[in-house]
Amino acid sequence: MTENYSWAPDIYDVLKDLDVRQVAYVPDAGHARLLKMCEADNAMRCIPLTTEEEGISLCSGAWLGGERAVMLLQSSGVGNCINMLSLANTCRFPLLMLVTMRAQWREFNPWQKPMGEGTRPALEAMGVKVTQAEDPDEVGETVRSAGEMAYGWPDMAAVLLHQKLMPVKTFGK
Amino acid sequence: MDVQRADNYELHRREVAKTLLADRDDDFLVVTGLGSPNWDATAAGDHPLTFPLWGAMGGAATMGLGLATAQPNKRVMVMTGDGEMLMAMGSFATIATQATENLAIVVFDNERYGETGMQATHTAGPVDMAAVAKACGFPVTATVKTEAELTEALPLIKEAKGPVFVDIKVKAEPLPFILPTKDGVHLKNRFREKLLGPDSLL
Repeated sequence: MTENYSWAPDIYDVLKDLDVRQVAYVPDAGHARLLKMCEADNAMRCIPLTTEEEGISLCSGAWLGGERAVMLLQSSGVGNCINMLSLANTCRFPLLMLVTMRAQWREFNPWQKPMGEGTRPALEAMGVKVTQAEDPDEVGETVRSAGEMAYGWPDMAAVLLHQKLMPVKTFGK
Repeated sequence: MDVQRADNYELHRREVAKTLLADRDDDFLVVTGLGSPNWDATAAGDHPLTFPLWGAMGGAATMGLGLATAQPNKRVMVMTGDGEMLMAMGSFATIATQATENLAIVVFDNERYGETGMQATHTAGPVDMAAVAKACGFPVTATVKTEAELTEALPLIKEAKGPVFVDIKVKAEPLPFILPTKDGVHLKNRFREKLLGPDSLL
């Protein structure tokens, strides 16, 4: 695990290299450091969503208007996106989803299990190319590879950020 | 619920669409929600800068948000139905929080799910969509029921500092299908080519 999210600046640098301008998110502790960096960047617009589903159509609209967008979400939020992925799939809108994982490693909360375990198969069932980063040193380049594919082909790509990359959440126990 | 009320509304959606889309220029970008608003927009005249959604129910408003954010110097109008917008009520909060000045959301509100047998939507009951938008923080909201009110709302939709929300009560009526192409890749590419130039497709 990495208590200080040392990989977050690596993702930020890659998002800058990829010229990402819109950052749509439902907050997760795992994305907090990255989000702070994006919020401090005047060239990035951070857009909080009420549900992750909004992010799929938002990213598609951004591309229609000539901007690149990224989604930051937790694995539970992937479940909220399923039908809306039809939009990116059918129209081949680029989509880059950075997903912080639950229910993989020292998970305290059993309610995270169904969607945590369902994240990859649900994304793949909808045609999203899924890669996972487990080692803090490989996070940046994994995101770069997914981003280059998403915006370059264009296609849908999700990077799963393994729960080992985050501190253990114990709810005070 | 008052399931008969919309049978007697004065405004006809095809005429409203014609009014909203008349005399448009290339600084006016349009996203239409699935179902009848697509057919209404197509009946008024297909245009490369109209993106009709054939699916993605609940996605029209936030698609407009992404587009309007990317193109702050263009006007973006989302034209959708009450059923589609009811699925995206959270989008009112998301859009109002962004305070996107160049975005207008227009709902053709016939108080019915038009594609599935004209079942009543929640707006046939107590739901006031313009009040929801206003409570979420939209600075400009209106409900339109008459030709005169539509004339008043037109400059709000086209020019007012938004985000703007206008709920247009339209007659619940069966109408012929006027379909745009359903090839999503083509719809996307023709929109981007017109807006961003041919290099955007490279």
